[in-house]
Amino acid sequence: MSSKPYIREVSKTSWFLSQPRYKRYMAREVTCIFIFAYTFLLIFALGSLANGPDAFQEFLSALRSPWGVLFNLAVLVAAVYHSISWFSVTPQAMPIQRGEEFVPGNLIVNAHYGAWAVVSLVVLILGV
Amino acid sequence: MAKSNKPIFWGLFAAGGTVTAFLTPVLALITLFAAMRFSPDLLTYDYLHAFANHWLGKLVIFGVILVSLWHAAHRLRVTVHDFGIRADTVVAYLVYGLAGLGTLMTLVYLLRI
Repeated sequence: MSSKPYIREVSKTSWFLSQPRYKRYMAREVTCIFIFAYTFLLIFALGSLANGPDAFQEFLSALRSPWGVLFNLAVLVAAVYHSISWFSVTPQAMPIQRGEEFVPGNLIVNAHYGAWAVVSLVVLILGV
Repeated sequence: MAKSNKPIFWGLFAAGGTVTAFLTPVLALITLFAAMRFSPDLLTYDYLHAFANHWLGKLVIFGVILVSLWHAAHRLRVTVHDFGIRADTVVAYLVYGLAGLGTLMTLVYLLRI
């Protein structure tokens, strides 16, 4: 007689710890918390911009606190991880067919990296 | 096939993922530089106000914030479920409510600038 039940209990809270690829999936998922929070930072910045130079200066002071630096650093790391994982699935998400053949996946991924570099450079030049 | 509003939301979700993938790292880099006081010319009131005062600047700001917000909200809903919290309706109201509030705040602020 088999003692192992056919359906095994899977933990609802720690299921992803069992396999590296589940951990990578969750690491990617968690980046959305930082992106959500960062979007609100942008909204607060916009609000201070609407309220005049003094309000904006207050926003800048808050940004320059140690927590502000730490938060921005965490967002940067999370956002880069999100970008890399987003671009790496683009061949599956939007395969491009040319005649009979599909365009090779690494070409699509590299095109995204190239465009990412250009966009980042343009925003840096505009913003700095 | 049954009609579904899924493509619209799925399209917004994909647009948000692409926009955040391209823009959030460099934006976070700039705000990090500003937070670390790399240069006094970073994030000046006059420059940003002039950008947000132009109709094209307003459109860009609104578009970026809108898709980032709803993309992240949708993913947050799934992430909460993945961490074992089985209260989807409450979570959905909460995250989409926050996204809606953020959208409204963005609109009001942009109109006031």
